[in-house]
Amino acid sequence: MRPPTDAAPLLDLAGVTVRFGGVHALTEADFTIRPDSVTALIGPNGAGKTTVLNAITGLVPVAAGSIVLDGHDITRLPPHRRAAAGVVRTFQNLEVFTSLSVLENVMTGRHILTRYGALASLLHTPAFRRAERDCRERALEKLEFVGLADVRDTPAGDLPYGRQRLLELARALAAEPKLLLLDEPAAGLNTRETAALGQCIRAIRDRLHVAVGLVEHDMDLVMGVSDYVTVLNFGHPLASGTPEAVQADPEVVRAYLGEEN
Amino acid sequence: MRRSFFGRNAVQSTLFLAVLLAVPFVVPNDYYLSICILACLNAVMVVGLNLLMGYAGQISLGHAAFYGIGAYATAICTTSLSLPVPAGMAIGIGLAAAVAWLVAIPTLKLKGHYLAMATLGFGIIVSIVFNEAVELTGGPSGYVGIPRLACGGYAVETDRGFYNLMAVVLALVVLAARNLMTSRTGRALRALQVSEKAAASLGIDIAAHKRFVFVLSAALAGLAGVLYAHYLCFIAPASFGFSASVQLVVMVVLGGMASVWGSVVGAFFLTVLPEALRNFEDIDILVYGCILVATILFLPDGLAGGLHRLLAKCRRTKVPHAPAD
Repeated sequence: MRPPTDAAPLLDLAGVTVRFGGVHALTEADFTIRPDSVTALIGPNGAGKTTVLNAITGLVPVAAGSIVLDGHDITRLPPHRRAAAGVVRTFQNLEVFTSLSVLENVMTGRHILTRYGALASLLHTPAFRRAERDCRERALEKLEFVGLADVRDTPAGDLPYGRQRLLELARALAAEPKLLLLDEPAAGLNTRETAALGQCIRAIRDRLHVAVGLVEHDMDLVMGVSDYVTVLNFGHPLASGTPEAVQADPEVVRAYLGEEN
Repeated sequence: MRRSFFGRNAVQSTLFLAVLLAVPFVVPNDYYLSICILACLNAVMVVGLNLLMGYAGQISLGHAAFYGIGAYATAICTTSLSLPVPAGMAIGIGLAAAVAWLVAIPTLKLKGHYLAMATLGFGIIVSIVFNEAVELTGGPSGYVGIPRLACGGYAVETDRGFYNLMAVVLALVVLAARNLMTSRTGRALRALQVSEKAAASLGIDIAAHKRFVFVLSAALAGLAGVLYAHYLCFIAPASFGFSASVQLVVMVVLGGMASVWGSVVGAFFLTVLPEALRNFEDIDILVYGCILVATILFLPDGLAGGLHRLLAKCRRTKVPHAPAD
């Protein structure tokens, strides 16, 4: 099932620079994600990993370079248009809609796919009911996928931390993206939950055929699920390749472990 | 179980309308009926303001300005310009919505206290215009000679007739608001209140949704304004000032944030309460204040939340041996 490695990239960042005032958070970064793959972005703290995700999803402006998703240049699009173009993310610090129920959170994920006009919403026409029923069913599928169907009517804010992470995942999947970006999804999870997350990420790639971009500190998870790994250091891309190749790269070893070895 | 063709919201609104229409048979005279009319007018506005405040989380401290814009626009159109009443009303609602659209562009970029101050400033500016543009608005002494509500050959002459109309309008507004809030738009508004970042990254156009709900709530205030003008046939700037705006906000909070029924309860409660306190004569304001403080202290989620919990408690005590699941 794995496509040949020379397939056109799904996401292509070329020479992307992000500045905050005078600080270069990201300098001419190149980063690609291939279709049907899990690509991890790793690096020491402050290397600019989250900045890459923010640049891709439009939460920070890009000073130079281009971001192309599936052949479409999304560099200058506002965040909500990028979601429509097919890239959706989760957040390092959870951004669950706490006042909505678990199911409503996931239904909100289908906002752009649930199409009916203002008049239909005001009158609750049969077309509206059909669309809402469909939205509910698809949202439930995603909740079952991550194993949260049993708490669908619970207020999302009442879920324990680990399950809120899964909820964000389900909500993002509900948008049926081409590319899913996960910002430190294992942060705060125990070993058992992390293992389940790894299964989930593999299933997203293999069963849902959604490409995954993964920013993560847990190296066991990264090396276990990734097809490709890119290493970032102080805003510069350092190395890129398969997990084995990257682990053997002397530059990477130096960045992570210091100069002595 | 078969789902009825009409949704739950439609059934509840119909029941609500039936209750409203029964009120004239209970109240002793036209004075009390006029209080009920004012309560309905307030409820229309408070429901609109709650869509903005309770659901989308954006505060407006100048909402009475839109009420005034609607009232003055139809007053001027139907007297000086001698347009028919329905045309004046349409212009009044349209103007309130158009002004809101313009105001929304700069102000909805603001958040929290800054948005409160911007809308407060807007309300004060409009209030000054009502007072100072004497040739247009009649100034502080008010605008007289506004025609009664009429459409074609049919005129609403009695308070009873006007009240029935208000009951229908309010029931429809409640239905529309509840329908809208149980749609993707409602979910998007509640979502962006919690996290704009997450909502935007799921494809929700934050600016467009905020602007839409602001314009909608202003249009509802405009609707209340035009009806008010043609009911009293006299309007004065005092009804549309800062204290009126604050009162609307209090009704929203007291009734219950993000609850359409709460807004209705809040509007009726705070419109009727001062009348009920007339017996206290000199200390009525004091009692009014104490009741407000006590309600907020003991019912932090508003009258609607309090009633909801009371009902839930009754249901639990009625069924002491609920099967465990």
